[in-house]
Amino acid sequence: MHRVEIEKLTKFYGERQVLDQIDLSVSDHEVVCLIGASGSGKSTLLRCINGLTEFDEGSIRIDGVDIYDESFGRTGLYKKVGIVFQAYNLFPTMSVLGNITLAPIKVHGRPRAEAEAAAMKLLDLFGLGQYAKSYPEQLSGGQQQRVAIVRSLATEPEVLLLDEVTAALDPELIGEVLKIIHDLKQTGMTMVIVTHEMAFARDVADRVCFLDGGRIIEQGAPRELFSKPENPRTQKFLQRIIESGRLAALV
Amino acid sequence: MTRRPGKGRRKIALKDRLTPVLISLASVVVVFGSIAWFVGSAPQWPRIQLQFFSIEAMVEAAPGVARGFLVSLQIWLVSLVCIGIWALILAIFRAMSGPWFAPLRVFAIVYVDLFRGLPALLLVLLLGFGIPALNLPGLPREGLFWGGVALILSYSAYATEVYRSGIEAVHEGQSMAAKSLGLTQWQTLRYAILPQALRNVVPAMLNLVVALQKDVALLSVLGVRDAVREAQIYTARTFNYSSLVVAAILFLLATIPLARLTDHLQRKDRQRRLQGAL
Repeated sequence: MHRVEIEKLTKFYGERQVLDQIDLSVSDHEVVCLIGASGSGKSTLLRCINGLTEFDEGSIRIDGVDIYDESFGRTGLYKKVGIVFQAYNLFPTMSVLGNITLAPIKVHGRPRAEAEAAAMKLLDLFGLGQYAKSYPEQLSGGQQQRVAIVRSLATEPEVLLLDEVTAALDPELIGEVLKIIHDLKQTGMTMVIVTHEMAFARDVADRVCFLDGGRIIEQGAPRELFSKPENPRTQKFLQRIIESGRLAALV
Repeated sequence: MTRRPGKGRRKIALKDRLTPVLISLASVVVVFGSIAWFVGSAPQWPRIQLQFFSIEAMVEAAPGVARGFLVSLQIWLVSLVCIGIWALILAIFRAMSGPWFAPLRVFAIVYVDLFRGLPALLLVLLLGFGIPALNLPGLPREGLFWGGVALILSYSAYATEVYRSGIEAVHEGQSMAAKSLGLTQWQTLRYAILPQALRNVVPAMLNLVVALQKDVALLSVLGVRDAVREAQIYTARTFNYSSLVVAAILFLLATIPLARLTDHLQRKDRQRRLQGAL
């Protein structure tokens, strides 16, 4: 069954076309990585899926229902689809626990005690329990990003969108965040991931899509796509990454 | 840091620290001392001293002026609270997006344009003399009340702009995160944006607080017996201006600590931001 179905998605920023007739379906429990150069439309595509960015043409369905369908109500879509950003975007004036319980309490009306208990359970699960009372600026980048992931999980989404979640992190902090994403895959979470970490994409993805100029130029299982890319533009993109030394382990 | 604080090194450090302080002290004493000597030795000084700095007149005028200053402080505090709340409401009007909130946005914009563009004194005269003259039943008729309203109208326009700059300084990623969690526009403001915005605007707001403290004196034109009015009454009776100097000293005693506090908070705020950027 398809969790996410994207059909002929097209978007312009003014005159510039950023998405060009994108078709993409994501099955239940599938992990799809979107790769491509900056400006290829990866992040825009991701933000269209949970309604953060509006698109001009095409449609997106979650579990077969259009994301602008009235049956979602005002908050239904945000409950089904969670997102984590590159810059964490935690609320600095709230504690870790406050950040995580905000949406469950204020948006979904769960009692505070229940929401806090659930949040503590999640924090403990990801080894963050001791930071519940801390404020974001007291934590390292890697810890903040892990908290941000927990925050997006607190509303029990069925699909998780990850938008370059390691791009703002120091190299030595990337590992702890990637590990969480691996753990999430084990639990069967459906994920769409925009990333520049090719080795990570190879390890975690069931399918990798290469975007260029607002189109999906090539897609396939990570082994095939990384070792035998067919499209010349994919070859060129991967060649550049290999030359920069970031994909040595792949070939 | 404190590995091996060798004795010789510490001595040098102490001397290095003291020298600039001593130079500053000495130059301050020399510059201001010579100014004082120059002024004090001028042939007109005794007359000036009698006119403005007569200890006798100051002591005589002090109780009245101090009583007036208490009135000034009360007006100041009450206006502050009203301005803080009213300007926040206007800033929220201004921040609401979406077609349904257009009337509120327009109201806030017109309000700020109007009251920021008018001299506070003009508003004080207009409301303080104009409205009581209407003799409308049910409305207060004291100059004190309407003068206070004029100050609130005027200063809330400035305060609204301060709040607005604080709201706009919050990174857009914050509202994006709030939206993706399903928060409404109001909840986003209430829980994510405003707490940060308020923290951002404290130093700028304190500047307004200091400015308002002085502008309370405008109400003296309405006959409100604040510090300035009390001082004028004494001057009119004795032709000695020392009472105004007493009032001036009281204002300075109140505003200078506030200014220092503002500086201190601004410095702390800058440090916090720099740390956040690391």
